[in-house]
Amino acid sequence: MWARWWMACRVGAIALLLLAPMVGAVLSGYQIETHWQRPLWLALAVTVGTFFCSWLLQHIGWFDRFGGRAASSTPAVTIGQSGPRPLWILLAMALAIALPFVVGKYGMSVAILALIYILLGLGLNIVVGLAGLLDLGFVAFYAVGAYTYALGYHYWQLSFWLALPLGALLAGLFGMVLGFPVLRLHGDYLAIVTLGFGEIIRLVLNNWVAVTGGPNGVSVVFPTLFGLEFNRRAKQGGTPIHEFFGISYSSDHRAIFLYFLLLAVVGLLIIMVIRLKRMPIGRAWEALRENEVACRSLGIHHVTVKLSAFGLGAMVGGIGGVFFAALQGFVNPSSFTFFESAYILAIVVLGGMGSTTGVIAAAMVLTVLPELLRDFSDYRVLSVGIAMVLMMVWRPRGLRQRRRPFFALPTAAEENRAAALVPGVDGR
Amino acid sequence: MNESLPITAVADDPLLAVKEISAGYGAIEALHGLSLQVNRGEIVALIGANGAGKSSLLMTICANPPARRGEIRYLGQEITRLATHQIARLGIAHVPEGRRVFAGMTVEENLAMGLMALANQPVLSAAEQPGVVEDLERVYHLFPRLRERARQRAGTLSGGEQQMLAIGRALMSRPRLLLLDEPSLGLAPQIMGRIFATLRAIVEEGTTIFLVEQNANQALQLADRAYVLVNGCITLSGPGQELLTSPEIRKAYLGGH
Repeated sequence: MWARWWMACRVGAIALLLLAPMVGAVLSGYQIETHWQRPLWLALAVTVGTFFCSWLLQHIGWFDRFGGRAASSTPAVTIGQSGPRPLWILLAMALAIALPFVVGKYGMSVAILALIYILLGLGLNIVVGLAGLLDLGFVAFYAVGAYTYALGYHYWQLSFWLALPLGALLAGLFGMVLGFPVLRLHGDYLAIVTLGFGEIIRLVLNNWVAVTGGPNGVSVVFPTLFGLEFNRRAKQGGTPIHEFFGISYSSDHRAIFLYFLLLAVVGLLIIMVIRLKRMPIGRAWEALRENEVACRSLGIHHVTVKLSAFGLGAMVGGIGGVFFAALQGFVNPSSFTFFESAYILAIVVLGGMGSTTGVIAAAMVLTVLPELLRDFSDYRVLSVGIAMVLMMVWRPRGLRQRRRPFFALPTAAEENRAAALVPGVDGR
Repeated sequence: MNESLPITAVADDPLLAVKEISAGYGAIEALHGLSLQVNRGEIVALIGANGAGKSSLLMTICANPPARRGEIRYLGQEITRLATHQIARLGIAHVPEGRRVFAGMTVEENLAMGLMALANQPVLSAAEQPGVVEDLERVYHLFPRLRERARQRAGTLSGGEQQMLAIGRALMSRPRLLLLDEPSLGLAPQIMGRIFATLRAIVEEGTTIFLVEQNANQALQLADRAYVLVNGCITLSGPGQELLTSPEIRKAYLGGH
């Protein structure tokens, strides 16, 4: 019942969005009159109508002829629930949204950095955790993303909003290019080749001075929001956002903007990863990680499967890079050393390979803890190393063990059992 | 099922015909121009000692590695140049040596992976295809043990159960031809007997089996016809019962007189 109301409300909301400009704004003479009640009434009618039509479709037999089989057929595959309870997810979301209003400027910069590392961790998690391809050069894709924005702006005045998809695409392309030669490699050999690839990208950026500026780096402008700038005075030919809204200037605005944008991207990515795990491609990654020979004999094309993992992971890395460039306002090759790759890999390993929640937790711990322990910053790397050793001793599978959605095919006798499926907690 | 391969075969074409193929790894050649054929509804066994090239032959039929010379025909169509995953989608299911179940997945999920061969692309949901429920019932009927363990992780199964699962997974792709690589490997004789009995039931339901075995005795008892492989060449062939009583075979593989 509630699901149906919810569905009807969503249809109503879409109707409202569409109808508001069409019916709400009426041209009269040379003026536009707004009739805000009209779209509301229409949207309400659509909502209620959708609800009753959907109810009729299910409850009145002869209506099925028009309703199609969707209402009557049972789903072919049952997917067990996995992951944390909705309550925890809501709580985490509330916390994330309230955060900028609680912590100060410094806290915000740490939070943004943590979000970037969450993004990178989740990206590498697709490659290492889900597809089981050990990638030690992930920072290369991060660099590709960052330099796409930096050089794109430098040469062609590319905006942040264009650099975001372009950086992702370019990084994904680099991921595929790297993927091709390493298709035959496994484990250690793959790790070495990816390590080399990461270094190649960094050295090219460092030495191709004519294009990339070499070690001097490239400066980057801060993104604008629909042409509104986050500067005190307009520098990029737009209007400063505080003037537009008539509020006083605060340098916090840009941090809050970047934070929420990143939060949205991370949220979308989490949803995407959850979906991917349930899709056949996610299954294929999992199968490939466990056994390549069996995979191929089952008709899975290992080339597409591996390249998709590399490409998707790299795309996420590229998005992280664009955000990093925007945050720093400046990029140079020294941000993309092997240490970064190792750090991101540490996040994935500490969090538990393949576990989304684990990776998020580990990324937060590994970015927030060093900030809290500034006094001991000389021992930062040492403490990460000790943490790794301790983890390997006590929790070799990471902070949080991977929980995977499990699938159940319905069988003739088991139709009922599938309906009463227990939550898929599968410790591996 | 086989939209991608127009089956223009005449009914008397053999299901699988291997003609003078050679294959190997690097500088080593494992198969030296061997030929054999498998007809519909047969159980054909290939016996031979360690390192004779039995597994290599099965892998070469699946184009992993592809044959260097010669040709492989399936229902009259040449499949020598196809890629491994394409061959799997034609209805040739390969159960690799050492079972190779997906240890982290449940039994049921392993069986569902067999559906991947039915979809033309890995991103398509094969489980939406009609008849999946019946296929699953059929596998559970052949191996009731799998039904009991349906929600258990495959890694926790015993060796025999894993072998059943590997065969069941292959059957989920509705194969015409089932290639089995050493199903008796590391199994207790009793379990092995049960699996071999099931193979007969599978053939009666319309799937042809090409079986590679080191356990010559069991394989020859089961098989309609058999080939003997020595150092990458076929040395003997004939009906299973005939080979079972042949003195050469008894001396070389059955360890008796």
